[in-house]
Amino acid sequence: MSHGNMKITLKVWRQKNAKINGQLVTYQLNDISPDMSFLEMFDVLNEQLITKGEDPVAFDHDCREGICGMCSMFINGRPHGPKNKVTTCQLHMRSFKDGDTIVVEPWRAAAFPVIKDLTVDRTAFDRIIAKGGFISVNTGNAQDANSLPIPKHDADKSFEAAACIGCGACVATCKNSSAMLFVSAKISQLALLPQGQVERVARAKNMVAQMDAEGFGNCSNTGACEIECPKGISLENIARMNREFYVANLKD
Amino acid sequence: MSFTFAIANRNRSNNHIIMSNTSKNFLLSSIGKKLVMGLTGLFLISFLLVHCFLNSFIFFNDGGLMFNIGAAFMAKNWLIRAMEVVLFVGLVWHMVQALILTMDNSKARPVKYAVNNATSNTKWYSRSMGVLGSLLLLFLVVHLANFWVKSRFTGLPGEDANGNENLYAVMQETFRIGWIIAVYVGGCIALAYHLLHGFPSAFQTMGWNHPKYNRLILITGTLFSIIIPLIFAAMPVSMYFGWVN
Repeated sequence: MSHGNMKITLKVWRQKNAKINGQLVTYQLNDISPDMSFLEMFDVLNEQLITKGEDPVAFDHDCREGICGMCSMFINGRPHGPKNKVTTCQLHMRSFKDGDTIVVEPWRAAAFPVIKDLTVDRTAFDRIIAKGGFISVNTGNAQDANSLPIPKHDADKSFEAAACIGCGACVATCKNSSAMLFVSAKISQLALLPQGQVERVARAKNMVAQMDAEGFGNCSNTGACEIECPKGISLENIARMNREFYVANLKD
Repeated sequence: MSFTFAIANRNRSNNHIIMSNTSKNFLLSSIGKKLVMGLTGLFLISFLLVHCFLNSFIFFNDGGLMFNIGAAFMAKNWLIRAMEVVLFVGLVWHMVQALILTMDNSKARPVKYAVNNATSNTKWYSRSMGVLGSLLLLFLVVHLANFWVKSRFTGLPGEDANGNENLYAVMQETFRIGWIIAVYVGGCIALAYHLLHGFPSAFQTMGWNHPKYNRLILITGTLFSIIIPLIFAAMPVSMYFGWVN
């Protein structure tokens, strides 16, 4: 890591727990390297806070290589910061200028209540996934791969949908806190494959029902989610989810 | 060698029980509400097309004879009369559903962001459909008072040379007033931006999103959103300046 030479003013949302109102607190950081990731910058801040005997900022992170979906942070009005198709851990301080003021807030949604500071409860996503249920697969030896032909186009589309890491940036940026990009990716990845056909109708209905029950908003097709998604999940998936849901309701 | 354990079948039937219908009424679901917005929106778009086509008869510039023939046909045809009721139902449904969706959506984010850089990922008119729609409603109040109330209830001023009711004369009368022209042009601008988002958005909601046709939908939607309001705006403006009389 090169020698730190950036001065950054951070305005961070501090909130003790879900019940107490939070507010933005300003911190000055003087020796920030442009090579640091955004999370490493927060590590520096937390070291300083701990040294001073203050409560460090709580934030979610795990793999720090852009694949787990844990890191969140609404940075200067955008989820995962100013760059497209990256997670916060893959955002580096060189994307900011010396002397910048950076405002960092948690994801804001009724369905994602704040646990503490910048961490929010995203278990609503887990409950939606769980409602998708299982797929029926025969036990015994795995059958020969060639006995299950899948058109290349469908396999690619399914794989693109499956790239969703469930970080919640789509909800965070949506003006309605809608989870439709996430849910549509999860419905699409199975709807496109032969293995997903048995439960196809029920899956669409149940996942949408759970999404509604969690209190996410409704999609107004502004397209913000697609732009902010670190994995580039396409709006095509939302259209597919709509089709799946309409057909499911016609059938059952 | 491949064989199936009985447990797999049991799982399957369990899945069926667990995964049977748990969703609420279709029209109360998030996607059901969106479908209502899209369908009523597309229906209102089809109305705009008919309305714009018939009103364009004023551009024959024949003292309103052609226009009054069109107006008389619309007034007497029973199917059109029935569709007028459907149109009002569609319009009210579109507005009520929008209101319900807006309330749902504002509940979904009780605490707002201190800093939200929405311009970086959305168009202003996509975020302002409620405001644009409300402006259109204000315009509609003026518009209905100007023409619909007169033609249906308070009566029109006499007949033209063909013996048709002279709705054209009402247009000439109305479009002499400066502030009315401003309201109509403003209404057309609001309509253009409302359509610019609404047209392609309705297709997405229907599930009609396909790489082969997306460009076509977007281009058609953009042209529709510009051309139709432009023709509408040309009517009061050209009457005010006497290009049509």
